[in-house]
Amino acid sequence: MTSIFRKAYFFLIGLFLSLPLIVVAGVSVNAKQTLAFPPQGFSLSWYGEIFFNPEWRSALFASVTLALLSAALAVAIALPLAWFLWRRIAPWANIFQLLGVAPFTLPPVITALGLLTFWATVGFYGQPWTAVVSHAIFFVTLPLVTLSLGFTSIDRSLVEAAATMGADERTIFRTIVLPLILPYIVSGYAFAFVLSLNEYIVAYMTVGFTMETLPIKIFNALRYGYTPTMASVTVLFVTTAAVIFGLVARFGDLPKLLGAMSSDGK
Amino acid sequence: MRREPPQTLGDYAPLLFPAAMLTIFFVVPFGTMIAVSFFQRQQGGFYTPAFVFDNYARFLSAFFGGVLGFSLLLAITVAICCVVLALPFTYMLTRMARKVQVVWLVALLSILSLSEVIIGFAWSTLFSRTAGITNILVALGIMSEAKALTPSFGAVLTGMVYQAFPYTVLVLFPALVRLDPTLTEAARTLGASPLKAFFTVVVPALRNTITATLIMVFIFALGSYLLPQLLGRPQHWTLSVLITDQAIYQSNMPFAAAMAVFLVLVTLGLVALTVIAGRKGEAA
Amino acid sequence: MSGLALQNVVKEFGSFRAVNNVDLNVPHGTFVCMLGPSGCGKTTLLRMIAGLDLPTGGAIRLDGDDITHVPTHKRNLGMVFQSLALFPHLTVGENIAYPLRIRGAAKEDQKKRVDELLSMIHLTGYADRPVAKLSGGQRQRVAIARALAISPKLFLLDEPLSALDAKLREAMQVELRQLQQKLGITTIVVTHDQREAMTMADTVVVMNGGEIRQAASPIEIYRRPADSFVADFIGQTNLLEVQADSTGRVEVLGQPIAGLALPAGASKGTLSVRPEDVHLTAPGAGALTGKVTFVRDLGGTIETFVDIAGRQIVAVSTPRARPDVTVGQEVGIALTPDVCVVLKK
Repeated sequence: MTSIFRKAYFFLIGLFLSLPLIVVAGVSVNAKQTLAFPPQGFSLSWYGEIFFNPEWRSALFASVTLALLSAALAVAIALPLAWFLWRRIAPWANIFQLLGVAPFTLPPVITALGLLTFWATVGFYGQPWTAVVSHAIFFVTLPLVTLSLGFTSIDRSLVEAAATMGADERTIFRTIVLPLILPYIVSGYAFAFVLSLNEYIVAYMTVGFTMETLPIKIFNALRYGYTPTMASVTVLFVTTAAVIFGLVARFGDLPKLLGAMSSDGK
Repeated sequence: MRREPPQTLGDYAPLLFPAAMLTIFFVVPFGTMIAVSFFQRQQGGFYTPAFVFDNYARFLSAFFGGVLGFSLLLAITVAICCVVLALPFTYMLTRMARKVQVVWLVALLSILSLSEVIIGFAWSTLFSRTAGITNILVALGIMSEAKALTPSFGAVLTGMVYQAFPYTVLVLFPALVRLDPTLTEAARTLGASPLKAFFTVVVPALRNTITATLIMVFIFALGSYLLPQLLGRPQHWTLSVLITDQAIYQSNMPFAAAMAVFLVLVTLGLVALTVIAGRKGEAA
Repeated sequence: MSGLALQNVVKEFGSFRAVNNVDLNVPHGTFVCMLGPSGCGKTTLLRMIAGLDLPTGGAIRLDGDDITHVPTHKRNLGMVFQSLALFPHLTVGENIAYPLRIRGAAKEDQKKRVDELLSMIHLTGYADRPVAKLSGGQRQRVAIARALAISPKLFLLDEPLSALDAKLREAMQVELRQLQQKLGITTIVVTHDQREAMTMADTVVVMNGGEIRQAASPIEIYRRPADSFVADFIGQTNLLEVQADSTGRVEVLGQPIAGLALPAGASKGTLSVRPEDVHLTAPGAGALTGKVTFVRDLGGTIETFVDIAGRQIVAVSTPRARPDVTVGQEVGIALTPDVCVVLKK
């Protein structure tokens, strides 16, 4: 492709992707509570609102807690599963791999509704911890995929070499496998964390009536009108995601994580 | 280390926790939902165990047919728009310097991870009368007066393409990275212009990938549950929106569940198609 | 018995027999090279000795103890892998110290031993480098030092030099052999490179189709191959059909050769003659007459291809003894019984 065409194409795509965010960023610094762009006046008070307004602050706290815990649980489910599938020949165990990928592949409404009927039936509907479990199941796909990729990149002769040098299974896991898989654990956790932070429908269907996460709070606020805090939260979310994925890219091999195994030499 | 079948019961231990979690919190809820889809609805948001097909019978209405038809059509349109936009983009991206690739990938991932609530809010702002894109056009003298572009079908489509575009790029990315660059180089030496080489070599070589991607983006778009509600009118509501609406606001769980089961069947059918398309691709 | 003994070892993968009834004794302190084409079972045999694969039949004994089912990590081995398998997340020193560390050796003892080994492999001062920063030859040495860190009972190497370029490989072969002789450690190397095997081994074990075809000293293998596979696989050779006539005289390509005998009772056999033992003479003077089809002058050696009744025979000579022949010329070939080896079919 010719260079001018390519530059123009990338510019237009970049514009399409960034325009809504630019406008939202502009709106978020309006001096008054008006929806105006270009912004009228300049104020960072709407960012302060996230942290000082009790409602927004508790939503932020709920979201961050939920994301931290559910991402950890998702990794805790994915790690032994991915390790087992890498270590053993057990074709029937692949059914669990399939189950781990399914919640993310199916339309989210389905997982959300399934969990809603489930929690309602067993009588825990609305309890905050049910959201943690629900998100962990919904996002277990992400650490599962990164960890499976990570395990395939470990040379099996490293494990054999450790065994010839006297290491038993447990020692091998602790001294060889774990250090080598750690970057993939971190990436998987990061992906699950960011997506959990943003997730709306599963959280809404499981705990929507008893607590507010940030996306639920934005949606509820949106139904009753407009407040610039939504815009500042949006900017905060985009920045958080970009920083976290940037860190993953900085310390890991992002193209490889996204499935480009031959990412060397480019 | 050779992979071995598990020898003792202890070898299965690592599987215990993941298997239990996925079974209890995914398989059982899924089964619960299927069961509820056959339950009898009671007034006041409750339902009683039963085995009735009433909830499925409601699909036969013209209204439901309309929603289903619109959902499928919308998802197909989104899938086509995304693949058409993303294919040349991804192809060129994979030919760029690694650093540039990483920057774009980080940006795409960040947008992909955004909540539908946020995407809906951002586009409704961009399409609004007071802060929207029309203000820029007015400032440039192209339009005489700012106006709201939402709710409209165009707004729904734009929002959903925005949401699905990063996903499309990330689905295409691995296949395009692995595409042998000498293919186009060979075409070039044989006299094809860059554009011609793209359409005569790259696109045909990726035929199966493109089919699979179309189906995956289609499923992704089927799952969009808020954008049609935030950016469109009630006639733009999709199956996903309707399920949410029935479950939360109309408190008709059995009907919502029946629709969800139906949506699963549609989705699974499409996944099966993807797998078949993939198999063919391997055989070819 | 001191040393390693394989008794009737069998390995089956499904219906495929990768190793078939192998018996082998490796006395303590010997250097054994297992040589054969790819898929001959040599690597599988090595992996069974290491415990990485379990035999489906037979027994493996080390210094008299049956270790057939002892798990790898309890065998006190040192093994160098084809991929070297250096741990990428550890430094050179940490790699070498690994077997000591997991056995709970004291920090000072680990450091002392690492320094000792580093000086042995001429990499003193490299302890804190990441392994990714090393050259191919250096990585090779680190893998060897790591395998020797605990002074193992058995030193196993799987195609250890295959990743190195030709020059470095030859140098490492000499170095490895010298190291083994200094330490007196029982060593088994798997290789497909016969030069490597000839350079290093006390005993060469030639394998094919999951079986040992011959196990003997390098010179024995070369001079007295057990069968036509070994003769053909080790070095270059000319294989010729021979048969005995009614009076017991042995004929090669219709020409009788005096003084040659077939094994008792056999009327047919195969004759192996090394190219350097084939001497070209004037036609008619030798036992066989043929036509020169090609002369390959490699500088150090000259190969002459001679066609005798449709069979091709190669003669190798040095430049000093260069035969005065051109393509198309008729030549004679003299075969004497002392250079001919009669093989069983």
